Amino acid sequence: MSLKTIIYSSFLTGLLSCINFLTDVSTVKSEIIQNLEKFKLNETIINSNQDIFTQDFGENIVTNESLNQEFAQQDDETPNKDEENWPSPIEDDEIFWFLLVDQLEYRGSDSKDFFRWDIEGWVGGDYERIWLKTEGEVAFAKDDGGEAEIQLLYGYLIAPFWDLQVGLRYDRIYGSEDDRGRAFAVIGLEGLAPDLYEVDTALFISENGDLSARFQVEQELLITQKLILQPRFEINVAAQKVENFGIGSGVNDIELGLRLRYEINRNYAPYLGINWIRLVGETENLARKDGESVDNFSVVGGIRMLF
Amino acid sequence: MPNFLHRRNFLRFTTGLGLVVGLDYFSPAYAKQIKSIKADQTQLKYPEIIDLIIQETGVKIGEQNATGITVNNSIPAPLIRLKEGQIAKINVTNKLDEDTSIHWHGIILPVKMDGVPGVSFAGIKPGQTFTYEFPIIQSGTYWYHGHSGLQEQRGHFGPIIIDPIESDPFQYDKDYVVMLSDWTFEDPYDVLKNLKKMSSYYNNQKRTVENLSEDSMWRQMRMDPTDIADITGATYTYLINGLVPETNWTAIFKPGEKVRLRFINGSAMTFFDVRIPGLKMTVVQADGQNIQPVIVDEFRMGTAETYDIIVEPKNEQAYTIFAETMDRSGYARGTLAISQGMTAPIPKLRERPVRSMKDMGMNHDMSGMNNNLHMNHDMSGMNSNSTMNHDMSGMNSNSTMNHDMFNDEAVPNISNDFGVRNAGVPMMVQSRLNEPGIGLENTGTRVLVYSDLRNIAPGYDQRKPDREIELHLTGNMERYMWSFNGKKYSEEKEIAFYKGERLRLTFINQTMMEHPIHLHGMWMELDNGAGQYKPRKHTIIVKPAEKLSVEINVDVSGKWPLHCHLLYHMKVGMFRTVAIMDHPVEAG
Ligand SMILES: [Cu+2]
Repeated sequence: MSLKTIIYSSFLTGLLSCINFLTDVSTVKSEIIQNLEKFKLNETIINSNQDIFTQDFGENIVTNESLNQEFAQQDDETPNKDEENWPSPIEDDEIFWFLLVDQLEYRGSDSKDFFRWDIEGWVGGDYERIWLKTEGEVAFAKDDGGEAEIQLLYGYLIAPFWDLQVGLRYDRIYGSEDDRGRAFAVIGLEGLAPDLYEVDTALFISENGDLSARFQVEQELLITQKLILQPRFEINVAAQKVENFGIGSGVNDIELGLRLRYEINRNYAPYLGINWIRLVGETENLARKDGESVDNFSVVGGIRMLF
Repeated sequence: MPNFLHRRNFLRFTTGLGLVVGLDYFSPAYAKQIKSIKADQTQLKYPEIIDLIIQETGVKIGEQNATGITVNNSIPAPLIRLKEGQIAKINVTNKLDEDTSIHWHGIILPVKMDGVPGVSFAGIKPGQTFTYEFPIIQSGTYWYHGHSGLQEQRGHFGPIIIDPIESDPFQYDKDYVVMLSDWTFEDPYDVLKNLKKMSSYYNNQKRTVENLSEDSMWRQMRMDPTDIADITGATYTYLINGLVPETNWTAIFKPGEKVRLRFINGSAMTFFDVRIPGLKMTVVQADGQNIQPVIVDEFRMGTAETYDIIVEPKNEQAYTIFAETMDRSGYARGTLAISQGMTAPIPKLRERPVRSMKDMGMNHDMSGMNNNLHMNHDMSGMNSNSTMNHDMSGMNSNSTMNHDMFNDEAVPNISNDFGVRNAGVPMMVQSRLNEPGIGLENTGTRVLVYSDLRNIAPGYDQRKPDREIELHLTGNMERYMWSFNGKKYSEEKEIAFYKGERLRLTFINQTMMEHPIHLHGMWMELDNGAGQYKPRKHTIIVKPAEKLSVEINVDVSGKWPLHCHLLYHMKVGMFRTVAIMDHPVEAG
């Protein structure tokens, strides 16, 4: 491209921006034609442009001097007086919440039948969220009691798929003996691992200084758009023996679950499945001593709900 | 039944003969026959003042009752017809109980008239009337919509036609607006909440265990190859001029007539693929700007884009106007016919496409990936399709092609650390302007591509850009976060353009989705290899792993929005204010 072309074109731009406010259409028009003639880039285009510009602009143009001056003022750079009071063009910092009742189920096995829940929710923004997690079970037989756990955590997004969570956990066991409870400090990591494994793992320090950890992982496998298979694995380990809670040191238990749900819609999905819990090591021995089952296979049925 | 107010109530009008234009209603169309809006323009009388009233109104979408945000009780809002060279004066009265606004999409106007609350003005408070007043210095097909919250999703949008001073360089006998939109009976805020809870909430076309082994790469990257549209036919009903497919909006022609159809994608979140089986379409305008005509069988419309086409139906029959969504979860449909009530077969929805490795910025073949991949792989570099296309149209001479800056080679994606705000960074980025886009690769027909678009006249400004800015489109689908350069609006509000400069703005899409990027107040001249004939656009689709550039004459002042026109992407942060600054004094 020649320098001449550049000069002409910038000249032309200047002229056309004059048109923007329709100040003096006729002089602009004739100058454009002159420039277009010099601006010989493409014959046909020149011709078509000449057609456009040589014809009369007609009577349709409203030329209102006062209005144009007004526009010129509007377009200047003086800031608006009340600009600080303007709303934000978008609100991208809103608080959202999420509540997933992942398990709300009946668990039936040879030894005893439970009602079980596993619920998780958060409230917060993109980076920071307050999490609430609770799980537990209640036996249908009166004397068998039950146990419940609740966690209140602060979560921070530390990687695109990972939330770091810190907070408190409280456990309660109730039933035939006295009710017992204990509190923990929690540090955990929850997120999506490669291959779409949903991971929830945490380290717990009890009020007595006992250290334990939990690792949970699950996946969603779509059989169809509505029929979804959810395999699940959980392992609990402890550094110390806590006899009062039936926990030995080392690996405590392994749990495997497989649930098949039917999503009536995204919010409600009844399911059926199987669940197997196996106590191991010292924990297994403690349970045997108490006459409890150490190998628990159950059939489950329930509903999963997203709010 | 919505209470339909007669338009005369809203037109304050001077005396004089001639056909009254200025405002025209499409809806409720069951109450009004659609007529061609083509008329002898010298006979048209344009109103000096247009009054618009924004309020909540009961509307009927198909058979269902709903409450929409309407302009003069109509969805879409009435057609505003103006004349190039006139001064538009439009009173907008807010009868909602929240703030509202109107943005004139694609119109070059004074900064305070742009209508974006918080950037150009304070917004229109409940009960208030705001008068927009601006000179009309362009012509073509445009549209207007609310720029407050998610009001646009609830019906707050309508078409604009600006008649040129000199007639357009093409002939036609009939003239119709075809405004596409997406409607949900859910509260748009609930839709957003659902996406925040589960970003795939509305995707009912995921892959199943059947494709488990093929998808191993996707699963490893924690991406979903079926993530084509965030919001789908699962909640959306797709409309033409406010009408559901069953109602069948119909445009009338006489055999042999040339029919101009002004397509406007006024949807909140939907890309449409438009075709009229049995007819070739001549694209004559893109984003309101006349282009060198291109004859195609199909074209894709990103949200907020407009295309004017001319068809010449020769037979005494009906033709279906079919606007299929990009994710194939639904369609809008109308008919071109010689009389009302006629129908033509409705095509079957095609199978929803699946993302290819190219969308991820990987060009090498992966065993077991979908068929698209092989196609894409072959097409990298010079696209065989487009060569063929040029031959077919016979309009686009390549001789003046100017490749001085345009480059379609894949380059490594170097600046790729956007922290938690961006998931899945492409390895390579490249121009994809000669690709028709996902799902349109193997149609066997001629599909419009961005490299087809050539301005009718050489650009007004042939200066080389003084400066280049890169803007990365970023996001984290898992948390439904969308941003520019890894920062949402509240974290980084402004980009500086320098007054008077010619700027080269390069978009690099780091995400797996297409984003229609819209700049207010200035044209973006797409650097698509057309040299001096760069098309001017107000909205540009940037494909996944694409790098493309536009050139901008920064000939305005003040502050102007630049954002993704997917409404919910904008809402969660894919938005910037362009601040026009004085050029800094160069040191040394
Ligand atoms: Cu976007």
